[in-house]
Amino acid sequence: MKNPFLKDKRFVVSVIVLAILCVLALGAPYFAPFSYDAVSVGPNLAPPGGANIMGTDVLGRDLYSRVLYGARLSLAVGFCTAIFSLVLGTLTGAIAGYFGGIWDKLLMSIVDIFYIFPMLLLAILFTLLLGRGFLGIFMAIGMTTWVTQARLVRALVLQARELPYVEAGRALGLTHLKVLFKHILPNLMGPMIVSLTFQIPNNILTESFLSFVGLGLQPPYSSWGTLANEGYRGIQSYPHLMLFPGLALFITMIAFHFLGDALRDILDPKSSIGSIN
Amino acid sequence: MLTYLLKRMVQTFITLLFLTVATFFLLRLAPGGPFDGEKVWPAEIQANIEAKYGLNRPLYSQFFTWGNDLIHGDLRESFHYIGTPVREIISDALPPSLELGFFALVFSLSIGIVLGVLSAWKRGTFFDFSAMFIAIAGITLPAYLVGTLLVLLFSNYLGWLPPALWEDKQSMILPTITLALRPLAIIARMTRTTLLEVMHADYIRTAYSKGLSDSSVLFKHALKNSMIPIITMLGPITASLITGSYVVETIFQIPGLGQYFITSVLNRDYPLVMGMTLTYGLILTLCNLFVDITYGWIDPRIRVDAKK
Repeated sequence: MKNPFLKDKRFVVSVIVLAILCVLALGAPYFAPFSYDAVSVGPNLAPPGGANIMGTDVLGRDLYSRVLYGARLSLAVGFCTAIFSLVLGTLTGAIAGYFGGIWDKLLMSIVDIFYIFPMLLLAILFTLLLGRGFLGIFMAIGMTTWVTQARLVRALVLQARELPYVEAGRALGLTHLKVLFKHILPNLMGPMIVSLTFQIPNNILTESFLSFVGLGLQPPYSSWGTLANEGYRGIQSYPHLMLFPGLALFITMIAFHFLGDALRDILDPKSSIGSIN
Repeated sequence: MLTYLLKRMVQTFITLLFLTVATFFLLRLAPGGPFDGEKVWPAEIQANIEAKYGLNRPLYSQFFTWGNDLIHGDLRESFHYIGTPVREIISDALPPSLELGFFALVFSLSIGIVLGVLSAWKRGTFFDFSAMFIAIAGITLPAYLVGTLLVLLFSNYLGWLPPALWEDKQSMILPTITLALRPLAIIARMTRTTLLEVMHADYIRTAYSKGLSDSSVLFKHALKNSMIPIITMLGPITASLITGSYVVETIFQIPGLGQYFITSVLNRDYPLVMGMTLTYGLILTLCNLFVDITYGWIDPRIRVDAKK
């Protein structure tokens, strides 16, 4: 029997694309011809071609280098926030779902409040409190996405709690915490990995949205959203400034999306996570 | 039903209360004040201004007077647009935003469901493939990119549609499509998936064996039952329409609520921020309530008082 992962073309292609992206992002100093903030490396606002493959921006910075360094920031924000919301959401959802009663009521009403908090408002408040940097944007995205994860895990734990292996575990004298963390949660790894794969591109998109509206990482840092924001002002005369960062974002999003679809079909065929995102 | 409604009203009230309290205190925790400027005022003038707006009193007492004013229907005057009541700012800016959101919702629901149904029906054909490609593009492309590309194409190159503003019907087309694309894509995918699942159910086989036609089975039996996940999605979709409308309003220069969202916080225009938060919170919670009620109407199994 062949490995189901290798048999799925979507999985293979998207993993290859994402691996290339990660290598390019991590090795940006090696692959980029210039530094992200080196000005006047070419003529200002040069169109794509020649020494600057993607052209240059208004300060003569090499766009290709900036997009490569942008991959670093965008991917880092996407991964870190997704893991943050995975940990916080799983803990909250698991405790609420497993113990029920007052825990469930208390934790889920906190979740509900965060759920209706307008993301943009929370993001603005966090950037005011923590500054417009990595930490502010990290908290803004993390604090708004963990609730979805919490709701998902709670629903899964509610179902799993009634299964015979949980009763068996209890009958063997395991503590509740041991049953929950050593037996129930490992069994839910499939759906959780799938939801993580959909969470990462969503967070990258949110980061680019926040940076685009000017609440995210500030220049000279170059996340894809920041670049798109810079390019937006000159879109009619210099479309390349917005199109290349947009294209990079689009490729990443598509790759994650197909990876998520493939993982869902392999790991968790019954669920409909992802189509929800 | 009545007790349920009452319970939900109380719930909504508590959530809104938390929302306003959290916003109020988080906003005050942030450094900076509404009257900090380049120019440094003499201490007495600063003190006078703060006294006029009650900013010198303790925070909790400021919150209670704000709440008291709110109960009497007064949202105060804006700090930034001096002399303009917040209620007036919001009631001026709300209609374009609501219109945009409503059009986008209707557009995404109708086109999304039609695309989903057709691609489930014509599964595996070229139509299915292209519809799902649009859906994936809609989910993965950020709204600011879609908006700018649409403007570039339809206004700059083709010259068919105006690139901005919210005046005649033609100017409403591009913003509506931009805002609707993502929910449209989600709805189309969802409809297709659930419809394909539902078509395997026993009652569909029964319907076919009764000799009903394809279209009758599809529209009368299958479609109604595959609407439940879509209705569940309406809450989050409304939320994303509200957040998304900020970008769309900025790109298309629409005089809606979006323009105040970031500037009011950056200006520390406390009354305006609170008014905006309340408005958004109300819209969101009302939408969720509506979704939950529609739920029971479509699927009697999850009707709230069925348990009794």
